[in-house]
Amino acid sequence: MNYIPNILFALALIAGLGYFAKNVKKLIRNIKLGQDVDVSDNKSLRWKNMARIALGQSKMVKRPVSGFLHVVVYVGFVIINIEVLEIIIDGLFGTHRIFSTVLPDAIYGFLIGCFEILAFLVFISVIVFWIRRNIIKIQRFWKSEMTAWPKNDANYILYFEMVLMTLFLVMNATDLHFQSMDSGNIISQYIAPWFSGLSESSIHIIERAAWWIHILGILVFLNYLYFSKHLHILLAFPNTYYGKINPKGQLNNLEAVTNEVKMMMDPNVDPFAAPAEGVENVMPAKFGASDVQDLSWVQLLNAYTCTECGRCTSECPANLTGKKLSPRKIMMDTRDRLEEVGKNIDANNGEFKDDGKQLLGDYIAPEELWACTTCNACVEACPVSIDPLSIIIEMRRYLVMEQSAAPVELNNMMTNIENNGAPWPYNQMDRLNWKDE
Amino acid sequence: MSEQLKVPTMAQCMAEGRQPEVLFWVGSAGSYDDRAKKITRAFVKILNIANVDFAVLGTEESCTGDVAKRAGNEFLFQMQAVTNIEVLNAYQVKRVVTACPHSYNTLKNEYPELGGNYQVQHHTEFINELMKDGRIKIGGASKLSGKRITFHDPCYLGRANGVYEAPRDLLKSLGVELVEMKRSKNTALCCGAGGAQMFKEPEKGDKDINVLRTEDALETQPNIIATGCPYCNTMMTDGVKAKEKEASIQVLDIAELIANSQE
Ligand code: SF4
Ligand code: SF4
Repeated sequence: MNYIPNILFALALIAGLGYFAKNVKKLIRNIKLGQDVDVSDNKSLRWKNMARIALGQSKMVKRPVSGFLHVVVYVGFVIINIEVLEIIIDGLFGTHRIFSTVLPDAIYGFLIGCFEILAFLVFISVIVFWIRRNIIKIQRFWKSEMTAWPKNDANYILYFEMVLMTLFLVMNATDLHFQSMDSGNIISQYIAPWFSGLSESSIHIIERAAWWIHILGILVFLNYLYFSKHLHILLAFPNTYYGKINPKGQLNNLEAVTNEVKMMMDPNVDPFAAPAEGVENVMPAKFGASDVQDLSWVQLLNAYTCTECGRCTSECPANLTGKKLSPRKIMMDTRDRLEEVGKNIDANNGEFKDDGKQLLGDYIAPEELWACTTCNACVEACPVSIDPLSIIIEMRRYLVMEQSAAPVELNNMMTNIENNGAPWPYNQMDRLNWKDE
Repeated sequence: MSEQLKVPTMAQCMAEGRQPEVLFWVGSAGSYDDRAKKITRAFVKILNIANVDFAVLGTEESCTGDVAKRAGNEFLFQMQAVTNIEVLNAYQVKRVVTACPHSYNTLKNEYPELGGNYQVQHHTEFINELMKDGRIKIGGASKLSGKRITFHDPCYLGRANGVYEAPRDLLKSLGVELVEMKRSKNTALCCGAGGAQMFKEPEKGDKDINVLRTEDALETQPNIIATGCPYCNTMMTDGVKAKEKEASIQVLDIAELIANSQE
């Protein structure tokens, strides 16, 4: 027997999975560069959110057209993967359509029939997606942060899917034995006649070629994920699990500040006393965030999960009125900077070497941050539970508490609050004057 | 508005040895802003008519710190919060109602962790309860019946806290024709005031947010734009002026609409 194909297949599989695993490790390491945050609460609600939002796509269907098409592609993607299992077994053991020998013909035919229909629907959906992006030019895909790479990335994925689905159908259409079973070839029976003029051996070669390119394509696709916005097909699950569960309006209270404030308000505390032995100094290195390491790991996970769909930006009041702020850009910048930091660590034997850059200023300008109305439209719109607002607030905190760099009117407002307990310069003693006016 | 309102303060109640049912948190806008003060008075009028046993903090109230927090000044926010919580807890306050969604959100969501635990309601929720309990009634032929009204959801009431129906229920009870804007409820567009924008010039852009939102409202051809937040009220009022529609379209808080229906 000739084992060369089996060996080649095993090697390809190992290489594909190995490189993927390596990148997953890097991904996890990068996410862990973020600050720790306690998300161990409300497990059942979190599971429910994951089931509803990631598995159930509940936010996607808010926009019916793209939502429906996305569900088709998503269901197709998940279910067709059962077929990949068969391909892997066949490839490793030199069998052919192993499931057809263990499953009753009717069931096997039914399964493949479903895959074929899904493959066809995915193909059609992907074409509609492509038209929406490139011909109709739906606005949210053409905002300024959608530079060459994000645009190409989105299209590459669509081409990938078109090719993979075509190969799957061609592989079935040119499988003479499968066609002769005449069960499950719901779509491929219409493709088979295209090849009917060819000799049996040529058809067999086409079938083998389609089979190989299909599975190699899947391995390439798997490894493309890490570099793409398509990472969301994996990260949407953890991200919706760890997503915000508090009311949207609730911003976190900085614990370090709470400790400070307690000290200031407590007359019994001697502010100059040395910290008691064993008590850790709780003062953080800085308040707020100027770079990715200052954000929480959930915020970094958010950045890797972002699908760059722009639903957030298309609802952002600041963006709609021509301001520079785009919540999608906030997420894309965070990911780009995190990748840069990750590469820096790789290049310097696991240590980050100061590169004179940071997220604030080099990627995100204060002008963007100060345009936000904290309206939560972006958070509401995001189909995968990303919270761009939390990053904006974290960076404002840095600007104000570390750099005293608030716009001058805001400084006045804050001075008023400090002096007379209201954002305007009115006398505290006049607070009840409305009663008699 | 010169009618005499009954506005007891917590200090007075304490001196009389009684604990009011609910504290009315007026908020900085409701205390100082000329337009917002009218909303405050309208709400108190309703409280008086319904004979609600309430009190205010008066000069003991201080800014919740919402705007400082959203501007990034967590120190100032927590100083304000701790100071307010001390006062509220000293008066053993259990229940709070406010006409400002920003105060509502901060008191309800951000104070508990700092030691302030209260049952907090927005005034539209509170008035709804008064209606259900029959403590306040809308006259059979409401002056507003048949008027077209559109409601602008405040971000800090709607998206931030999921309260969409309380204000709408009140409007419906007035017998008005409630028309929704194309962006409403959880997809409502912000008025442009939140996140400390109220206190600064907008960043560079091609339009003001309140004008865009007013355009949303004008599309519904309303007689009245109803609001539930003093800041939204200012923004929408300015928007209507910018569109030169102030002669035909009023911007009124729901508390004002209800209070007017009581005359
Ligand atoms: S919260 Fe800020 S970034 Fe998000 S939609 Fe509103 S204004 Fe835009
Ligand atoms: S943050 Fe969410 S809504 Fe915005 S682009 Fe990313 S995935 Fe889409």
